[in-house]
Amino acid sequence: MLHWLSMGGYWPYVWPSYALTLCAVVLNIVLARRALRAAEGEARRRALTQRSDT
Amino acid sequence: MNWTWFHRLGSPPHFFRIAGKMVPWLAWLAAIAGAAGLVGALGTAPPDYQQGEGYRIIFVHVPSAVLSTLAYAVMAAAAAVGLVWRMNVAHAIAASSAAVGAWFTFVALATGSLWGRPMWGTYWEWDPRLTSELVLLFLYLGYMGLRSAIDDTARADRASAVLALVGVINLPIIHYSVDWWNSLHQGHTLLKFGKASMPPSMLVPLLLMMLAFMLYFAAVLLVRARGEVLRRERNARWVIEAIGAR
Repeated sequence: MLHWLSMGGYWPYVWPSYALTLCAVVLNIVLARRALRAAEGEARRRALTQRSDT
Repeated sequence: MNWTWFHRLGSPPHFFRIAGKMVPWLAWLAAIAGAAGLVGALGTAPPDYQQGEGYRIIFVHVPSAVLSTLAYAVMAAAAAVGLVWRMNVAHAIAASSAAVGAWFTFVALATGSLWGRPMWGTYWEWDPRLTSELVLLFLYLGYMGLRSAIDDTARADRASAVLALVGVINLPIIHYSVDWWNSLHQGHTLLKFGKASMPPSMLVPLLLMMLAFMLYFAAVLLVRARGEVLRRERNARWVIEAIGAR
C-alpha cells in the first residue's frame, strides 16, 4: 500500500494532480446545482407573487 | 433534411424538459466510466518505461486539456447559433460552457505544471502548447468578464459571441503547436502517424477517463444551462407554470 501511495517517489506531483482534478469536478457540480436552485427559487417567488396579485 | 428537432431544441421549455431528463443518465454514465478509468489509471496500467509512475498524471491532465478545448468549441458553436438564429437557448449554453471550460483549462495547466516539474525540471516554460493553453484561459476569462460587464443580456450575448468566435483561431494553434514549433511538450498522445502511441493497457484507461470527462461536461453543462434558461425566461408563463406547480 505504501509502495502504491509513494508512486515511485512521484507522489508530490501525482496525488496533488488527482486531488486538484477531483476538487474541480466536485466544485463544478456544486456551482451548477446552486445556480439552478437559485434560478428555481427566483421563479418560484415570482410565481407566488403573481398568484397573490391575481 | 428535417430541421424540426433543431428548432424544437431552441424552444426554452422543450430544452428545459429534455435537459432535465438527460442529466441523470449522463451523470451515471460519467461516474461508471470514471470509476473504470480510475481503476486502470491508478491500478492496472503499467509504469512508463521512462517516466515510471509519474506519467499517471496523464490520466487527469489529457482529459482536462481535451475538455478545455471541447468546452470552447461548444461555447463558440453555441454562440454562432445564437448570433445567426437569435436563439436564446444557444446563448445560455455558450454562457454555461465558459465557466466549466475555464475551470478545466486551469486544471490542465496546473496538472501539466505538476507533471513538468519532475520530467522537465521546471513548473513552467513559455512553450507553444503551454502558452496557447494559457491564452485559452485568458479567452475564457475575457468572455466571462465581458458578459458580466454588460447589464443588458441581449447585448452581452452578442458582444461575447463575437469574442468567442474570434478566439476559435486559438483551437488549431493549441492542437498543432507540437507539430508547428519545436516544443518541449510531448507530441500527440493518442495518435502518431495514424497509429496509437500507447499500448492498450494505458490507452483504454485514458480513453475511459476522456469519455468520463466528456459525459461529466455534458451533464454539468446542461444543469448550468437549465439554470441560465430559467433566469432568462423568469417572466415567461411556462416558467411560472413549470416551477410554480411544484
